Amino acid sequence: MFLYNLTLQPPTTINVAVVGHFSGTKQQEIVISRVTRLELLKADPNSGKLQTLLTHDAFGIIRSLTPFRLTGGSKDYIIVGSDSGRIVILEYNIVKNKFEKVHQETFGKSGCRRIVPGQYLAVDPKGRSVMIGAIEKQKLVYILNRDSAANLTISSPLEAHKSHTLVHHCIGLDVGYENPVFACLEVDYSDADMDPSGDAFNSTEKMLTYYELDLGLNHVVRKWSDPVDARANLLFPVPGGNDGPSGVLVCSENFITYKHQRVPELRVPIPRRRNPLEDPSRGLIIVAGVMHKMKGVFFFLLQSEEGDIYKVTLDYEDDKVNAIKIKYFDTVPVAASLCILRAGFLFVAAEFGNHRLYSFTSLGDDNDEPEWSSDEFMDSDTDISAYFTPRDLQNLERADELESLNPLIDAKVLNLTDDDTPQLYALCGRGAGSTFRILRHGLEISEMAVSELPGNPNAVWTTKLKSDDEFDAYIIVSFVNATLVLSIGETVEEVTDTGFLATTPTLDVHQLGDDALLQIYPQGIRHIRADRRVNEWKTPGNRAIVKAATNKRQVVIALTGGELVYFELDNQGQLNEYQERKEMSSNVTCLSVGEVPEGRQRSRFLAVGCDDNAVRILSLDPDNTLEVLSTQGLSAPPQSLSIIEMMDIGTDASHGTLYLNIGLQNGVLLRTMLDTITGSLTDTRQRFLGARPVKLFRVTIQGAPAVLALSSRPWLSYTFQSRLHLTPLSYDMLEYGSNFTSPQVPEGIVAISANTLRIFAVEKLGTVFNQAIIQLSYTPRHFVLHPPSRNFVVIESEHNTYSPMEKQRTLDAKISEGKRFDPSLLDLSPEVFGLPKAEPGKWASCIRIINPFLGDTTSKIEFEENEAAFSITMVNFHSHNNELFLVVGTAKDANLAPRTCSSGYLYVYQFNEDGNDLNLLHKTQCDDIPLALLPFQGKLLAGVGKALRIYDIGKRKLLRKCETKAIPNCIVNLHTQGNRIIVCDMQESIHYASYRQHDNRIIIFADDTTPRWITTTTMIDYDTLAGGDKFGNFFIDRLPSETSEEVDEDPTGNKIMYEKGYLMGAPHKVSMISHYHVGDILTSIHRTTLVAGGREILVYTGIMGNIGVFVPFLTREDIDFFQTLEMHMRNEAPPLAGRDHLQYRSFYAPVKSVVDGDLCEQYNLLPMEKKRMIADELDRTPAEIQKKIEDMRVMAAF
Amino acid sequence: MDRFNLNSQLEHLQSKYVGTGHADTNKFEWMVNQHRDSYASYIGHHSLISYFAVAQNESIARVKFEFVEKMLQPCGLPVPRDE
Repeated sequence: MFLYNLTLQPPTTINVAVVGHFSGTKQQEIVISRVTRLELLKADPNSGKLQTLLTHDAFGIIRSLTPFRLTGGSKDYIIVGSDSGRIVILEYNIVKNKFEKVHQETFGKSGCRRIVPGQYLAVDPKGRSVMIGAIEKQKLVYILNRDSAANLTISSPLEAHKSHTLVHHCIGLDVGYENPVFACLEVDYSDADMDPSGDAFNSTEKMLTYYELDLGLNHVVRKWSDPVDARANLLFPVPGGNDGPSGVLVCSENFITYKHQRVPELRVPIPRRRNPLEDPSRGLIIVAGVMHKMKGVFFFLLQSEEGDIYKVTLDYEDDKVNAIKIKYFDTVPVAASLCILRAGFLFVAAEFGNHRLYSFTSLGDDNDEPEWSSDEFMDSDTDISAYFTPRDLQNLERADELESLNPLIDAKVLNLTDDDTPQLYALCGRGAGSTFRILRHGLEISEMAVSELPGNPNAVWTTKLKSDDEFDAYIIVSFVNATLVLSIGETVEEVTDTGFLATTPTLDVHQLGDDALLQIYPQGIRHIRADRRVNEWKTPGNRAIVKAATNKRQVVIALTGGELVYFELDNQGQLNEYQERKEMSSNVTCLSVGEVPEGRQRSRFLAVGCDDNAVRILSLDPDNTLEVLSTQGLSAPPQSLSIIEMMDIGTDASHGTLYLNIGLQNGVLLRTMLDTITGSLTDTRQRFLGARPVKLFRVTIQGAPAVLALSSRPWLSYTFQSRLHLTPLSYDMLEYGSNFTSPQVPEGIVAISANTLRIFAVEKLGTVFNQAIIQLSYTPRHFVLHPPSRNFVVIESEHNTYSPMEKQRTLDAKISEGKRFDPSLLDLSPEVFGLPKAEPGKWASCIRIINPFLGDTTSKIEFEENEAAFSITMVNFHSHNNELFLVVGTAKDANLAPRTCSSGYLYVYQFNEDGNDLNLLHKTQCDDIPLALLPFQGKLLAGVGKALRIYDIGKRKLLRKCETKAIPNCIVNLHTQGNRIIVCDMQESIHYASYRQHDNRIIIFADDTTPRWITTTTMIDYDTLAGGDKFGNFFIDRLPSETSEEVDEDPTGNKIMYEKGYLMGAPHKVSMISHYHVGDILTSIHRTTLVAGGREILVYTGIMGNIGVFVPFLTREDIDFFQTLEMHMRNEAPPLAGRDHLQYRSFYAPVKSVVDGDLCEQYNLLPMEKKRMIADELDRTPAEIQKKIEDMRVMAAF
Repeated sequence: MDRFNLNSQLEHLQSKYVGTGHADTNKFEWMVNQHRDSYASYIGHHSLISYFAVAQNESIARVKFEFVEKMLQPCGLPVPRDE
């Protein structure tokens, strides 16, 4: 089996976000790292919406990012620390819209290693040097400068290593223009390692160390080292030079300390939430923060692990700091990075869940929130009582949200709504922010207006009055026997004095020339001049106009019988008929002329579709007007045509490719390249859109031309980041559409559906799925579908949290101790503020039934007595033939490390009639945590710790029928087909077992030679298993067919039973047939089809929100082709972060039988000469290669 | 290659790459190295650290912090060397 990997949705997590002027303009941008991807975002200052400008796959793990600006420069560079063993400096090229590698310097081995730098990056605020550090020992300092041509230069690295030293954090100190200084938070373990008594360990100190780069001597020295709080975890630089006193804020558990060389330290506690349930012994740490400087003042926003943001300010005179002050600011989701934009936004890159953009409404200066100052806390070491009351947002206001699936814990691909494509049902999120999400393939739209019309219209157009108008003035709606004109203003109202003929249906409307309007109706053409003079052209005899195509200067109409009449606007604004008419051989079904190119008189081509299943391109040049230039035969009559220039050439923003889109009556959309000189048609791509004839409309999306294609569902063909996308819209079936712009809706679409007029806008371009969200209360673990009712049953369990009963018990105990508290403190919404932390070993858990169609919870059962649910399945027991039972495996007092519990339970539930509720039948105790459950031959197969058991249902409990303990550690996943059982162990990969009915035994006969830490698996056929492990690998293992047959044909079963083990395991071994490093921990794999009529593929999801597919190749030629292409791509487009692509995909084991489609798709981004070079090597044309790459995607997925 | 040179090369490796073994490496030292390497790898791989954070219901920054803390003495007190 040879597979092609494609990402459908890249990771949605963000591990670092930085802000800067990356395009060198006034506007600030945000660069985010989605671990394996680099993305550039822009926050629109007016609308407050985030917009993705660029996303690029880095094929490596980006661990740190920092913006960097040379002294006196106006453009920020991006420095990337990754797993490549290299430092990479990138520059954003605004013209080409891509990241360009400025420097790439190798310093060590690749991989996320202990002593290879890449984890920490710190820059000198004045832009003179950068430090890149590892977790242990190594720190390298590079001096950055510019050469005579103002190019960025990088020096050879200077070492600031210190062996036996762990580094917690590393920043660049602000020292003005003195020698650059870097501050590191370090721990030396050499003494602790040597002293068995433990004294040295106890006296180990955490040190704040300053490393000074002496620019004169070109040398790094340890300048100063001072012990800090033993639980310090983060540093923040305090502005220096002219802007402030310089120094660092050291964040530690419960305290924030100001430190600097030769000045006394100042300390302030981190205020805690006033909450009766809090554990006062639990320390509170700062997890993220940002410093903001403006007009001579600066402040810090620091976020605690609860999500509370504090505003920290320093009270200082000259270089002397008198006090640090801290006050509660607001509560937002816990962030991986916080970014403040000068336009007044705070970007919160959440560590889990959706990322958010907030706008500042105030800076929290003048509210009555209590403030704590270091003056009050100078000496008190104990009993810090800084408490605040959390509240709703006061200083921030939510502006926008980036949806994120991270962490994606489990998913299923099902088609419950009988759509064209299946939906993905996913469990996402952590804690109280957990969600159940229904993902549908399609672009999300935001509906602006729906208004009823007096009948069922046929068509709708919008038009401006003058060619330089910014907004549309009229909406024209055509009915069977009338035309309605609506004016667009504050409200949309009918107008009658527009010059449009209202008593007839309309065929086309267009704004003509500078200030005229055009209406085409079956009996003629009305040319409405600006002064309301109307020139009319009537059709000859009894013939009617059947089709029309117009642009700003040209009009083409088709009369009944297939006669074409061509008009062109002259310089006086007069519409002139071309003297000759063209007779087509058959009836014309559709027409299209392209837009007039900028600076030209006319569009040179006319496309005519006829019912003889052909499309012809006719010339509109004065030399050979209406001459046929080329013809394309079709499989069905064309319904609609659209000539359009798409901006899909990345290198030149003003030029695109001319395409002819052909919508066929059988629901297929063809896209053909139209040569701008000869008019010949080449490189046809096709796609099935739906069951109805495809109608095409030209619209504008993000300022670029796009095509709205309407079939049984609406689709949009648009360019995004210089790539063509064809994506369905998640919306109702539409009849007709047109572009729409108004002051309220700068870029929208007006469409008709039955008797309504809809106005909507397309947002979030580039997203593949749109999501419906159902809120959950704890971290979801697994879920199953109850097929009769189509409800989902989800189990949720949360460590370190109070269950409702435990919460009540703790509160009662507090009250009986005589403590008093304000009950409103407990009313905080858990979605915003999270659930209070209890202590390790305390669990909250529940079973929930969700109706995915209504989006609500029909029933919820909370577990009490510190039980947590871990596994779930639906079983049809033999003895109760027609009933489905729900079995849930739980554990009481579960402990994470070591994995223990006081007792496990298997709950058996019956569904009530409509499947909305559960009745507990009985519960069965077991000795370990049941992590895997599976229906098996009318019984229940359960993996309880390392024991694999078969249970049958009894009257009062489940009855144990059979057991094997031959699994090494812990069973996490089970599969079965016939008598074969596949058991997945937590650490020891997969085991093939056979159930022997006559003597009721389970015998393991084959296992794997690689010790994989399995997270998820799926059986793709009787002998083959695909799975993922905790290190981000994907693999397929197969049992050799001779072993498989041998085992199945063994009549007594004695042979496998008494066979000798091999390599300290089972007698047979499975063979690995493919292996691939995905870069994300896989959480589910499914064998399914994603497109109607497509082939079966493997769909996977990863914890970081990744959704991808593995497509099996069908022919040997394809394999050779893509392997060669991949090889060329590795050479021609080396990954952005400096990682070697082949090494990355072979992170833990060499990649086997998988081609990276994401890399192949980067072919489209290459400059033309490289495209051509690779194409020559492959003996093909670039267009052929692009077509093959696209086909690979659209045939199997989207 | 003569014996003397080999020794100096080994020493160079040991000083350059933390955790390079030598003839007297005991089980404890080996174990400590394994653990420190593992923790460093967990911290570096964002997907793994998220996995831990979800299981423990702690923030990623907290898990990272605790891991670096644990690297100081991952396997308890060192065992005395028997000379």
